[in-house]
Amino acid sequence: MKTKGAPYAFLAPALVLFAAFLAAPIVYAGYLSLRRVKVSGLGLGAGARTEVWAGLGNYARSLTDPEFVPSVLRVGAYGLIVVPVMLGLALVMALLLDAGRTRVGTFARTSIFLPYAVPAVIASLLWGFLYLPRVSPIVDVLDRVGITAPDALSSSWVLYAVANIAVWGGTGFNMIVLYTALRAIPTDLFEAARIDGASDIQIALRIKIPVIGPSLVMTFLFSLIATLQVFAEPMTLRPLSNTISTTWTPLMKVYRDAFVRNDIYSAAATSVIIAAATFVISYGFLKLVGSRAFSQEN
Amino acid sequence: MKKTLASVFAAALILTTAACSSDDSDDTPAANPDEKVALTYWSWAPNMDKVVEGWNASHPNIQVTVNKQDGGDPAVAKLLTAIKAGSGAPDVMQAEYQKIPTLVAADAVADIAKEAGDLKAKFPESAWNAVTLGGEALYGVPQDSGPMMFFYRSDVFDKAGVQVPKTWDEYAAAARTIHQKNPKQYLGTFSSNDPGWFAGLSQQAGASWWGVQGESWTVAINDATTKKVADYWGGLVQEGVIDNKPMYTPEWNAALNDGTQVGWLGAVWGPGVLEGNAASTKGKWKTALLPNWDAAAPANGNWGGSATSVTSQSKHKAQAAEFVKWLNTDPAAVKALAGTANVYPAANDATSVALTQPPAFFSNQPDFYTIAAEAGKITKPFTYGPNVNVAYSSYNDAFGKAAEGKKAADFGAALDTIQQATVGDLKNAGFTVAG
Repeated sequence: MKTKGAPYAFLAPALVLFAAFLAAPIVYAGYLSLRRVKVSGLGLGAGARTEVWAGLGNYARSLTDPEFVPSVLRVGAYGLIVVPVMLGLALVMALLLDAGRTRVGTFARTSIFLPYAVPAVIASLLWGFLYLPRVSPIVDVLDRVGITAPDALSSSWVLYAVANIAVWGGTGFNMIVLYTALRAIPTDLFEAARIDGASDIQIALRIKIPVIGPSLVMTFLFSLIATLQVFAEPMTLRPLSNTISTTWTPLMKVYRDAFVRNDIYSAAATSVIIAAATFVISYGFLKLVGSRAFSQEN
Repeated sequence: MKKTLASVFAAALILTTAACSSDDSDDTPAANPDEKVALTYWSWAPNMDKVVEGWNASHPNIQVTVNKQDGGDPAVAKLLTAIKAGSGAPDVMQAEYQKIPTLVAADAVADIAKEAGDLKAKFPESAWNAVTLGGEALYGVPQDSGPMMFFYRSDVFDKAGVQVPKTWDEYAAAARTIHQKNPKQYLGTFSSNDPGWFAGLSQQAGASWWGVQGESWTVAINDATTKKVADYWGGLVQEGVIDNKPMYTPEWNAALNDGTQVGWLGAVWGPGVLEGNAASTKGKWKTALLPNWDAAAPANGNWGGSATSVTSQSKHKAQAAEFVKWLNTDPAAVKALAGTANVYPAANDATSVALTQPPAFFSNQPDFYTIAAEAGKITKPFTYGPNVNVAYSSYNDAFGKAAEGKKAADFGAALDTIQQATVGDLKNAGFTVAG
């Protein structure tokens, strides 16, 4: 009896924490998404508002909100910029560091990684100052040499301005992941390739990249999820510009509904939709690339 | 939060015998004068605890503790959460005028008409209207108000040979002259970030975005009056003589400081903002009444301001109401509000008892508060509705687009978008909406 109970005793802390801080909030959000407040008349005074079942009404409203589809498309475009650029840069830097050509390897590694340690809100504020023409030293310098810099927060540039912050902040992390994977490759592979006459570039393309494939898949998946959840950067830049609306990304819409409009019910519905979409996309991606991501040993 | 909860619980436990008495002659707080009552007060005004010390010293049986808040929006979000949770709300709460209908609709603030007595004559009509919602109930006592005022760089005006505009036509002409003489300079900016600012300008023109008609709400955000205001600004932005960048950004601060924004349609609390953002321009600014639509019938709008309300969770409504009344009408308290908490008290007699000196940043203008008092007196009534937050966030989006596009026609259309969002939200929640 004692031995039978032991595993559960060890599991209990994790299970309790999981139930209290993950499962329960999810269930509560699901419950809220099916509720709504019903007001009668002027809605003033006690008893004028009651909470009632809403069925799937909140979901229908969320999906048919004219701001919802554009915000989803915007995040799609944002992802098309961020994910390839960030992972491309991370891969190139990891390969360069791994090639050992540079003496300043440790310094370079740290300095590339450092932006990841800056919280997204702080990073957005820093970049915000660099974007605003009148306070930006970059615009100043360009002005001196006779180049008129475009307004980074104007409607044609704002997507790149936000993507740039994410790339700046995320490249270092992905670089470290890929670099660590590169260091784990047995060196006899390279020796064999060199004896066969392969150049550094050929080694990189034919050996290193295929071998760290699983790591690339993982970083891609993380980047994808981070893209779907983009929030802090546009939220921080919003008051600085005319071009970022309160529903610029789906998560910003959740925030607006819950904390600006005091409508936690439709915010809950939108959250459930985002969570479901994130799950489907991540799962679909993993299915698509097969089991490569988790089968390095085979 | 926890602390607040604990203290509220403690107060509730200790004082379960407290009776809420509706009989309150001026100096006896409740049925039993020996009974000690502890009240909590959420406010974000600076140094409010020092103002309250004056009350605590003279009222040993009603001790008020100030709980400093981050600002109007977070305080309301916290209060609404506490109301939904059933406990955790303070007894007394600072509430911005535009939030009062939202709080009343959520049953978060109490009607203290009976406890407070007749105070109507002590406050300007616009402020009184905001705390009564035009009815018999009283959902708070006006604390501070924000009559709009026009701030301008008198040195730039003199150099450009521009007179202080008395009408909006003159303002437009001045904007053109200043921008033509120096293409880097603007007389102002249209801010898509400040719905309260645009609401104030519309209020001046005679708009009232919400209203009560019998048992239903009316919404008139895209009425002819507001359209007139939007079209006016759209025209100036399209022409390029007024900037289209939002206020309260590092960009705007820099422009005030380096003399490229040479005017600001602000409010009575503006000197503090200018001092913080454009300290190096001290002594160059002057203030005047807002330009008018009709020079013969001067009017004004309000931007900012708040009331002090008693929450529906308070167990000591009578004592709380007495404190609220003292805070906003007692001459010593009003003086402390102005001098210590740095707000512009809503009480009519504030100018004579408290505001004899101009603010430091405007020491060159001794009649600053005379102008402010005049601005407050001519402020038009304006009714806020139960979903101001929805309209305001819709303003951010719709006017952000319009300002970015710089097309006059989009400004009027933005109002239609806001109207639609606001009415849609009311109907969806079940409110009765007329029209």
